[in-house]
Amino acid sequence: MNAPAPASVNTIVVEHLVKKFGDLIAVNDISFDVRQGEIFGLLGPNGAGKTTLIRMMTTLTPPTSGTAIVAGHDITKDADGVRHAIGVIPQAFTSDPELTAYENMLLHAKLYGVPADRRDRLIDELLESVNLTRFRDAFVKTFSGGMRRRMEIARGLVHSPNVLFLDEPTTGLDPVSRTNVWEMIRALRDRSDLTILLTTHYMEEADKLCDRIAIVDHGRLVALDTPGNLKDNVPGTDTVEAEFVGAPKDWAEQLRALPQAANVVERDGAFHIGSHEGPATVAALMDLARSRGVMVKRVTVQGTTLDDVFVHYTGSDLRDTTQRGRLDVSHLYK
Amino acid sequence: MKFYRVWALIERDLRKFFRSPALMMVSMIFPLVQLLVLGYAFGGKIKNAPVAFVDLDRSVESRKVREMFQAIAAGPQTFRIVDYNNLPDAIQDLRSGFVRGVIQIPHDFSERYFQKNRPRISFSEDNTDQFISTALESEIQGMVNQLNSPSVHSALNQQVALDVVEVYPYIEYAKFLLAGAVTLGIFSVAMIGGGITFIDDKSRGLHEGYLVTPIHKSELVFGLIGAGAIKGLMAGMCLAIIGGLMVGIPRLWDPVRLAYIACVIFAASLAMMSFMFLLMVRVSDPLVPRAIFGVLNTLLYFPSGAVYPIEAFPSWLRWIATVDPLTPIVHALQNLTLKNTGIEGIYGDVLVLLGFTVLMTAGCIALFQRQL
Repeated sequence: MNAPAPASVNTIVVEHLVKKFGDLIAVNDISFDVRQGEIFGLLGPNGAGKTTLIRMMTTLTPPTSGTAIVAGHDITKDADGVRHAIGVIPQAFTSDPELTAYENMLLHAKLYGVPADRRDRLIDELLESVNLTRFRDAFVKTFSGGMRRRMEIARGLVHSPNVLFLDEPTTGLDPVSRTNVWEMIRALRDRSDLTILLTTHYMEEADKLCDRIAIVDHGRLVALDTPGNLKDNVPGTDTVEAEFVGAPKDWAEQLRALPQAANVVERDGAFHIGSHEGPATVAALMDLARSRGVMVKRVTVQGTTLDDVFVHYTGSDLRDTTQRGRLDVSHLYK
Repeated sequence: MKFYRVWALIERDLRKFFRSPALMMVSMIFPLVQLLVLGYAFGGKIKNAPVAFVDLDRSVESRKVREMFQAIAAGPQTFRIVDYNNLPDAIQDLRSGFVRGVIQIPHDFSERYFQKNRPRISFSEDNTDQFISTALESEIQGMVNQLNSPSVHSALNQQVALDVVEVYPYIEYAKFLLAGAVTLGIFSVAMIGGGITFIDDKSRGLHEGYLVTPIHKSELVFGLIGAGAIKGLMAGMCLAIIGGLMVGIPRLWDPVRLAYIACVIFAASLAMMSFMFLLMVRVSDPLVPRAIFGVLNTLLYFPSGAVYPIEAFPSWLRWIATVDPLTPIVHALQNLTLKNTGIEGIYGDVLVLLGFTVLMTAGCIALFQRQL
């Protein structure tokens, strides 16, 4: 399941990390490596254990068993060393809304012991890099979600860390702010040798940003590879999605016999057919439907996505799983 | 421990404190209003309480008694006489609350007077109000004692007299209450700045932002307590000066006295902040500090001797006063504001407060959770 061991130095080495909350196993024996300078993504639905995993790696939560070496420091034996070497942007906003952007960054620079003669220059450079120079002396409470997130990412870099942890950096942001944050993370990677570990439940985010992705589900690591390799591992290079009216009970079986069809999954009333050649499968599918008297309501063809990867490895849609993880309060609105 | 990290937190809190005067205002308004209203409501003597006078004897002797009452009514003016012709009407008005007491001269007063057969005057009082009934009773008893005193004194002086010497000039209740008002201000700053703000910051995620940095838990505790103590010192000094001017504390600007007051207020702020942090160190629900504010206020403020002398308390309440951290604050501030004592009047209290701070801070550090 693990990708081939990278040639360069591993900045993060996670070894059999386990976290239990009573009977609940939030993280179940997870191991992986992150090499220096890469953007590594932890992809999974809400409640998969991503935040618990990142909290253990950033020394915010003690592991039940196992350990991790972050920038050469053991999280169980040298928490202080880990904290000096990392920058952390937690999932919730942690900047003080009653302070300005500059004051928030200054506070963190002081907490990290950044020398006084370097602080102002560093803060100004970082604010410039996140396009917030104009808002240096504005109160954070006046910022939009995207601005605040960018400021917090800049704050996490104020002590020049080796590793940056971002826990769901774009959750709750509008599409424009999300794109801005993505660009910023890419620019960070391009400009420095910074290792970035981020968690997300957005497929697109993981696909566009990450060099490698670890898929986490129910506290377990179910797949780890580059986005390209993960997609290649899914049977079929295209996915044909179709909805029918009047389909017989054995329709999935009949679809599986179509030329080039690799696998068929029925979800939400639609059939997802993994195919080695989408257009040929569609033509055959239309012929089959016509001959069986089944009406084709809708049909689309697309290349394999991380969504298909997730379904392939976990057996369920990420959106479904995310929804399952949430508390059902629909009865309150009836 | 790195002092620059402690100072970074203090600096953060002070920036916010100076930027928004809300905490200062909220923590000062309540004690000042209490000082003004409670201080002057409880401080005065009883004046012009209406007392019914029913003379059923209508003799020369009974009229002399009435004149005596009239003289007292015109002098200290504790009460004023309202004449009634019959007892039932007077008693009815007493029950209805129109008069506070009924003095009755019975039919046989003069007859007994001449027979030297213990002539009696009756006083019916409205004892639902202990303050007024005690004052009236004392006034009327004094007058009856005067009636009984012989007109010609014995040549031999056999009676023991008590000479009362008042060490300090008369202290109005508002002045007495000033120490309590300053103490209440410090308590409010600790409760709002230490308790409520701490939990609110925690629930807003601000603490997670600190916990990911290399800050140690002792640095966090010292920083938060230190910042709170400086805020308490500023609010307490403002209260002491404004309150002192309001109630008219003499020689308020004496720099030595102000320095001692500052010393007590700083020790008190440290003690209160550390106490509040110990209470809140494991709390994360923002409703908790708000819910216990009133309870703590009543439980600690009133038994401290701030509004009433501890010596008047029942024994169980005295026990609370003994362990109440506000008691040494009130005691030391009363010594300074009412008696202008020197260091000898406050050093014991300051030492108790500092010892209390050390204990509470140690508890905070032990219980503070560095991890989530």
